[in-house]
Amino acid sequence: MTAEKIRVASPLSDEIVAKLRVGTQVLISGVIYSARDAAHRRLVQTLDKGEKLPFDIKGQTIYYMGPSPARPGQVIGSAGPTTSSRLDIFTLRLIEAGLKAMIGKGDRSQAVKEAIKKHKAIYFVAIGGAAALLSKSIEKSELVAYEELGAEAILKLTVVDFPAIVCNGIYGGDLFEQAKAQYHRGG
Amino acid sequence: MREIEVSVIIEAVAQLCQEANFELGKDVVAALKKAEQVEESPLGKETLKRLLENAQIAKKELLPLCQDCGTAVVFMEVGQDVHIVGGNLDKAIEEGVRQGYTGGYLRKSMVKQPFSARVNTNDNTPPIIHTEIVPGDRLKIILMCKGGGAENMSRLGMLKPVEGRQGVIDFAIKTVEEAGGKACPPLVVGVGIGGTTDMVMLLAKKALLRKVGESNPDPEIAELEKEIFNHVNNLGIGPSGFGGRVTALAVHAEVLPSHTASLPVAVNLQCHSARHKEIVL
Repeated sequence: MTAEKIRVASPLSDEIVAKLRVGTQVLISGVIYSARDAAHRRLVQTLDKGEKLPFDIKGQTIYYMGPSPARPGQVIGSAGPTTSSRLDIFTLRLIEAGLKAMIGKGDRSQAVKEAIKKHKAIYFVAIGGAAALLSKSIEKSELVAYEELGAEAILKLTVVDFPAIVCNGIYGGDLFEQAKAQYHRGG
Repeated sequence: MREIEVSVIIEAVAQLCQEANFELGKDVVAALKKAEQVEESPLGKETLKRLLENAQIAKKELLPLCQDCGTAVVFMEVGQDVHIVGGNLDKAIEEGVRQGYTGGYLRKSMVKQPFSARVNTNDNTPPIIHTEIVPGDRLKIILMCKGGGAENMSRLGMLKPVEGRQGVIDFAIKTVEEAGGKACPPLVVGVGIGGTTDMVMLLAKKALLRKVGESNPDPEIAELEKEIFNHVNNLGIGPSGFGGRVTALAVHAEVLPSHTASLPVAVNLQCHSARHKEIVL
């Protein structure tokens, strides 16, 4: 363990979000929803049509993840983060609809970073490719919507001490930029 | 003519799919351990520790190393004195992938019409197959499970010949820098130089099959690998992009002659979950 980890409950309250700074390590417990590209497209199409989303997104956390299939008797297969920047194009709409927190891997667009600041949301990163390990923090998985999308269906996941790091929060700043500035060498 | 039954090939490929997804190569594990020793960033060090832990869990519990179990890329070396019996060779490879991914609870990631409906084929087929005819009466099958994240950040550059060695180095650095945390560093960086647009990408991908950290036998190319490696690890991206010294575990370059007007360069990025296994039948 390198630094103190803060335990946070999901859905995240405004008070908690206000406490989180870029680089803070957290252990998330509670409910999070999985959604990737195809699910995001459908969520935004639903909003465009003025219809109700398959789950109340207000204050919720979305995990950019499509798991491998669970073996019989298991909760879920491997379950690591996918690249968040592919979802950037949909994110603003979801944040405006009330989405509070996101978990993924890699950096976000400037527009998403600004939306995070403006709407007091938060973006966490998890270790890409640590999927078997991360699956151990998932205690329950229930299908919410879009079963026909297979691994891209929306799942309601109950997590306990899911490890992540704050990448972008309400005070601005960016984990990746800060990290690179600190460890970059030479010209 | 030595005969090989397609049923043997199907079974072998199915097994390779599962081995590759559950057990990280010894060379990759050793490289990650070494990286953990040299990493200066505390968060980077911890990330590497987690990746080693992940590899242990995957192996012990037969859980995929990554939820993205990849596109099945198959490299075959078919001995010219081999006779495949009982069916079609490519179909046998495809069936092996189907059985391996389905039976191993591996994620199926292939979609049929990538520009429109993107409907999953539900069995991770088709594989991408590269076939070479070689002397002998053996069939070598190498299976690489290539994740989407690192593949998305791979690049082709048709440089001007005048850009030369420095151009190649700059292109490789730029590709790794733009990939940042998205390609799941620490990476194995495959660099292809020369040939044509199609061949240089294949060359870069084949470079990833080399044992992690093994240099090109040509001293001039080995020197180039070393230089790119040092530059890349000075970028500061670090494990998972969380900052640090270890952005790449290795740089592998392969070279072919090219047209006098061209300097093709391809960079194929491999995430730390460098999954490939092989069998000789």
